[in-house]
Amino acid sequence: MEASHAVSEAVKSLEPDVIAAYPITPQTHIVERISEFVANGQIKSEYIRVESEFTAISACLGAQATGVRSYTSTSSQGLALMHEILFIVSGMRLPVLMSVVNRALSAPINIWNDHQDSISERDTGWLQLYVETAQEAYDMTLMQARISEDNRVMLPSMVCMDGFTLSHVYEPVDILEKEKVDAFVPKYKPVHAVLDPEDPLTQGPIGFPSHYMEFRKELCDAVDSSLDVIGEVMKRFNGEFPCQIPMSRPEQYGHIEEYMTEDADFVIVAMGSVCGTIKEAIDQKRREGVKAGLVKIITYRPFPKKLLAETLKGYPKVAVCEKAISPGLGGPLYTELAACLYGISDSPNIRSFIVGLGGKDVKLSHVGKIMDMTAHDKGEKEEWMF
Amino acid sequence: MTRAKKRSGCFKMAILGFDEREYFAQGHRACAGCGEALAIRLIMKVAGPNTVVVHCTGCMEVVSTPYPETAWEVPWIHGAFETNSSIASGVERALKAKGKQDVNVLVFGGDGGTYDIGFQGLSGAFERGHNITYVCTDNEAYMNTGIQRSGATPYGASTTTSPAGSNSIGKTEKKKDIMRIIESHHSPYAATASVGYHADLVNKTKKALQTTGPTFLNVYCPCVPGWRTEPADTIKIAKLGVETGATPLYEIEEGVYKLNMPQNPDSLKPIEEYLRLQGRFRHLFRPNRNEDVLAQIQKEADENLARIIALSKK
Repeated sequence: MEASHAVSEAVKSLEPDVIAAYPITPQTHIVERISEFVANGQIKSEYIRVESEFTAISACLGAQATGVRSYTSTSSQGLALMHEILFIVSGMRLPVLMSVVNRALSAPINIWNDHQDSISERDTGWLQLYVETAQEAYDMTLMQARISEDNRVMLPSMVCMDGFTLSHVYEPVDILEKEKVDAFVPKYKPVHAVLDPEDPLTQGPIGFPSHYMEFRKELCDAVDSSLDVIGEVMKRFNGEFPCQIPMSRPEQYGHIEEYMTEDADFVIVAMGSVCGTIKEAIDQKRREGVKAGLVKIITYRPFPKKLLAETLKGYPKVAVCEKAISPGLGGPLYTELAACLYGISDSPNIRSFIVGLGGKDVKLSHVGKIMDMTAHDKGEKEEWMF
Repeated sequence: MTRAKKRSGCFKMAILGFDEREYFAQGHRACAGCGEALAIRLIMKVAGPNTVVVHCTGCMEVVSTPYPETAWEVPWIHGAFETNSSIASGVERALKAKGKQDVNVLVFGGDGGTYDIGFQGLSGAFERGHNITYVCTDNEAYMNTGIQRSGATPYGASTTTSPAGSNSIGKTEKKKDIMRIIESHHSPYAATASVGYHADLVNKTKKALQTTGPTFLNVYCPCVPGWRTEPADTIKIAKLGVETGATPLYEIEEGVYKLNMPQNPDSLKPIEEYLRLQGRFRHLFRPNRNEDVLAQIQKEADENLARIIALSKK
């Protein structure tokens, strides 16, 4: 099935009490399918057909603050329109669940895939998990609920999947029975945030300089420590739900997935569906004797700093391939990895490749070129692959 | 987040058949003579404990919830400036999902949050027909940020972004007619009220809360620093707003208009009596009377009232 519909199936099993969403390409298939589930009585969720993404996220905020599970999904401009409220949802420690179907940001307007939309929201205090396949999109949607709603976490999360190249592509997906999902993701139990007349609580007060920074520190600590919980949940998922369809997902989920790295002379770091192309390119190059590997990042926020530094430090060369850019600085993922590797004795020579913006195809030939340039130290520190 | 503590020994007010219990408690930091704070206090007495309040950013949010204190003895939530209707949409559906439809969802916004920045969310919530009561505490400018003009600021008023000057009469545009906009959303009940007329405000709040669907109150609330008035004059000025026809009181019930003025509309006081007490209109009187603008304000008020009267007779 389509990755979009795999996500809809996961949402069906999670049966959020309130769903609020505004359609935007390429997210539409997710919410259309969910609408059908509601229309056919397959789920009892209250579905609010809002007038904008701004209200979608605000309604989720209100619903979650009333003590129920809420869900939304969006892309690109829609996510940008939510920007202001994203900070408030995390700041109020409301574990709202969101699927982001990644799409480029205007201008020029462009409906195709890159990661600029969600990468631009990396500082909002939301957890971000990037997936490569439809199976991962399904599995991660279930895991995100368990992670976000964990009492030790209580933070909102985004599962980020590539628009069209993943969302609209058909792949075999192993769908779990509802009972198994229910057992894996317990019913949402709010720990603090409930608008209940029996126990009046003021949520969203004004925080003066005497308290504001303390709130921010608590939030940052919570995001940092969610790393262990994410790892725990992935481990548990691996144990309970072994991979049924070969190649449809990592055999073992983790913050990162390594592919052919053991004996690699250099590794590529990437996120999302482009990892499939990179794996294929690695297989081809290996037949020519080029020893390349891939480190796929799944957990992007919190950023698994230590793990990435440990994983990458042995390699002489690392090429970061990413679908986002911070104009005036460079690739965000590249910059963050460089920061993680700074000061480490055997830190690799790290370089940046900007690929696939606005749906520009990332072909095997592109990846082949990236590998050649990396292997032979050709080109500039930052290269755009047109 | 702040939990309301049980209070005792504080000043309480039993009025108009309501008990002494306060749900918007004293100790908040609003100015002396604040019209909004009084309106909210009265409305909360009507709404009672089985209520969730959703507030937009503004004076009332700032003065009532300085962490770790709160003036709210009911569950209360604030997100951002323009989100009150949107958050309320989620709250209302979540309460429905929990089987708690009996809880009042009461949404407060100033005129900035209602007429302007929160307008899209308000329209969406009313079109979707959520069972909420929206109260705009209308003090006719962005007071929290320092008295800037809003879509609700009346023609001729001086604000910090529409200051009167040698080339300026103050605001040159008319006040937005929010009531007609709400009416066109098929709201089952919408009314204007004034903090100068408590019984009327209480009755309209009751009606709004008891009516199923999205209901709306626009409550005129003088603002001491914003209107440049005396704290002791808040009620007097609010009453004059009604008695001169500047801020007429009426209801729109299922599309049917009903005027609820305290006096015969033929015997209204001249609007100057209302304007003269307010510093925001001082430039229309001193150093010279601006006859053109004063005549225009009177004319527009007369026409507005005549329109409402005509609709009320239909």
